[in-house]
Amino acid sequence: MSLVDVKDLTVEFGSLRAVDGLSFRLERGAALALVGESGSGKSTVASALLGLHRGTGARVGGSVHVAGVDVEAVSDEELRRLRGAKAAMVFQDPLSALDPYYAIGDQIAEVYRVHTRASRRAARARAVEVLDRVGIPDAVRRSRSRPHEFSGGMRQRALIAMALACEPDLLIADEPTTALDVTVQAQILDLLHRLREETGTGLLLVTHDVGVAAESVDEVLVMRHGRVVEHGPVSAVLRSPSHTYTRELLGAVPRVDAPRTGSTATDEVVLEATGLRREFGRGKRAFPAVDGVSLTIRRGETLGVVGESGSGKTTLGRMLVGLLEPTAGTIRYEGQPHTGVNPAVQMVFQDPVSSLNPRRSVGESIADPLRARGEKDEARIRGRVTELLERVGLEGAHYDRYPHEFSGGQRQRVGIARALAADPRVIVCDEPVSALDVTTQAQVVALLAELQRELGLALVFVAHDLAVVRQVSDRVVVMRKGRVVEEGPADEVYDSPRDPYTKQLLAAVPALDPEVAARRRAARRELAAA
Amino acid sequence: MTLFVRFALRRLLAALLVLLVLSIVIYALFYVLPGDPARLACGPKCTTAQVDQVRAQLGLGHPVYVQYAHFLHGLVVGTDVSTGVGTEHCGAPCLGFSYQNGEQVTSLLAERLPATASLALGAMVLWLVLGVGTGLLSALRHGGLTERVLTALTLAGNAVPVFITGILLMLLFVSVLGWLPFPSYVPLTDDPEQWAWNLVLPWLSLAILESAKYSRLTRSSLLETLAEDHVRTFRAYGVRERSVIGRHALRGAVPPIIALSALDLGTMFGGAVLTESLFGIPGLGKSLVDSVRTEDLPVVVGLVLVTGFFVVLANAVADVLYAVADRRVVLA
Repeated sequence: MSLVDVKDLTVEFGSLRAVDGLSFRLERGAALALVGESGSGKSTVASALLGLHRGTGARVGGSVHVAGVDVEAVSDEELRRLRGAKAAMVFQDPLSALDPYYAIGDQIAEVYRVHTRASRRAARARAVEVLDRVGIPDAVRRSRSRPHEFSGGMRQRALIAMALACEPDLLIADEPTTALDVTVQAQILDLLHRLREETGTGLLLVTHDVGVAAESVDEVLVMRHGRVVEHGPVSAVLRSPSHTYTRELLGAVPRVDAPRTGSTATDEVVLEATGLRREFGRGKRAFPAVDGVSLTIRRGETLGVVGESGSGKTTLGRMLVGLLEPTAGTIRYEGQPHTGVNPAVQMVFQDPVSSLNPRRSVGESIADPLRARGEKDEARIRGRVTELLERVGLEGAHYDRYPHEFSGGQRQRVGIARALAADPRVIVCDEPVSALDVTTQAQVVALLAELQRELGLALVFVAHDLAVVRQVSDRVVVMRKGRVVEEGPADEVYDSPRDPYTKQLLAAVPALDPEVAARRRAARRELAAA
Repeated sequence: MTLFVRFALRRLLAALLVLLVLSIVIYALFYVLPGDPARLACGPKCTTAQVDQVRAQLGLGHPVYVQYAHFLHGLVVGTDVSTGVGTEHCGAPCLGFSYQNGEQVTSLLAERLPATASLALGAMVLWLVLGVGTGLLSALRHGGLTERVLTALTLAGNAVPVFITGILLMLLFVSVLGWLPFPSYVPLTDDPEQWAWNLVLPWLSLAILESAKYSRLTRSSLLETLAEDHVRTFRAYGVRERSVIGRHALRGAVPPIIALSALDLGTMFGGAVLTESLFGIPGLGKSLVDSVRTEDLPVVVGLVLVTGFFVVLANAVADVLYAVADRRVVLA
């Protein structure tokens, strides 16, 4: 009997059919990835495997068998015994998936004790054992830490440890690396891979990132609108996809080895920063988030800024637009020293949900820079906003709509329109596409390139995704701990990196080809062993 | 742990500073502002000569800061006060002398404190049980009939003034059912059993009034934590629903309850005026009413200071408890 056998699964929330007649099997020890964009129903399927829809009001049809248990039919008590013991979920977003009030070791011990008759002491020892196994250094001591005392990567490891505690036959990993930096992501994927080799547990990986899937599984199931689009061995699906949607999806994934096309870069310097430094905290606790960064931005070019979380790239971006006062250093706009907010340098924020006021219509938000400039003629404001909305691919009639009526991609277009309202020469984009699905991501990137070409804009593109940065940038700076470790034309930095950190970053980028992924994994293993 | 101890010390030190500021403000409010404090302290029946005598005893001829320093000195180390016929030692914390009662304010209040403390602490236990209990039930039966009935009941309890709830309770339990004695205060040290029996009705009246807040707070924080990802985690790991709610969901709802309890308890230590008057409990609330009516300034000042002291203290303790409940606070 298969480890997982899903037949004709349907899940409905009210009138919304999230999963629509899905069937698949997963054999013991095998690994399958459910790949799809947000809203494709992939996480709903993962929850259905553990019967998590029970009691939530969702209607579930079809049949789900996991490790010989009929998830739809069994009693609550039997279902409880399946969860965590035979099939365990590794959750996404590691900060909120653990209880903030208890020590991590105690939380794992609690789960272990629920399913075994182990004593408190034995359960605690087991917790330390699994924490050690997932590579938490000094596991005895660290098992007493609470979640906030762990880094993101360590919390994700702890969640994997929790899943391993009862030696389940199946691991269900729901976007296990989405919140992590690329180097940490590689470590977690390598860990999952190693554990699978050692324990022979089956893996069901839920992810929106085709690269993550290519790194980790044997089979891929592409989902869209709750249905199977394509299902097959990972190498076949990724190399020669048979379905149009899969081809589109793969086509939209930015490749770290594909250079920018259609550059509009000139030699005319617009913005120049020298020796920028910014400290946070005071006295002994002061630390520099950005420490002596100098860069130039030219008309029509895109400068990519890459780095992991905490590298200071957002702080740098905010100083460039004047939202943060530098502790030291100068910013020159068109050769003149400039302090404070400069209308000619605008910003597009990462999260289009929280960077738009939910209580004001998008038209009003876009009109803000116009009003700030002293424009008082309502008809002119409305005309200009309509023009801007159309410019970014929305409709003028959207003026009176509110942010929640738009999709993530549309909201980001609103954010871009707002930045354009001030007629800027430079736009600093802080992770403008990292909250978006790959196909939407590609559209927003295309829009930015188009605007750049037409308006001669200089763009500063701040992102942690190395592939996206390569796709859009003429030049790249790599940041680490507030400093620039490498700077140069994008092709040079990506094709022949000089700094060891840049090399490390590039080696961690998931490859779309499973064979390349396997080679890189081997290389990382050697690097780690050396 | 050292981090935690440092946090607790810092918090208590801050509370001390607040108390100092509080004493300055209150002193200024009553003694420095226009009006004749000597006349007020002495009382309406005093002759001009007596008022002059009190003025001299209070040192009102000195500069303001000297007066305050004297007052603070009395608070911290004690001082000698004049009783009108002679002087007597007034030990720390000396709040002055009530000429109308012929007694030191500190001992006057100290006599009253046990009654108020009995009322406040007992009522708090009861309102926590009632409030958290109904709040828990409301959250677990979210959207159902139980929740609506409980919400209506607790809000009704909150809306009806204590002197109506109290009278209705007395009517029911004393007159009709005869289960409880007509409340009259018996000190705990005299007879613990009678103390408790006589306080049941005052406790209940106060608890019914206060529990609505706690019920709403528990319900909303619990609904919030129940929707959190870590609660889903433990459900998905087959942890029993009882433990999921008891250990993981309810735990997250505790810190705000601690914060609110401290505020309420502090205020209540200043005297629950209506409840004390209704049930004839000789507590601080009753003193406050009496001293305001007779314009007994030293007692009013003393009471306001004592109330402020308890509110500030309760909040400092609550902050420390909050940090015990949620260690992340220490780092902030």
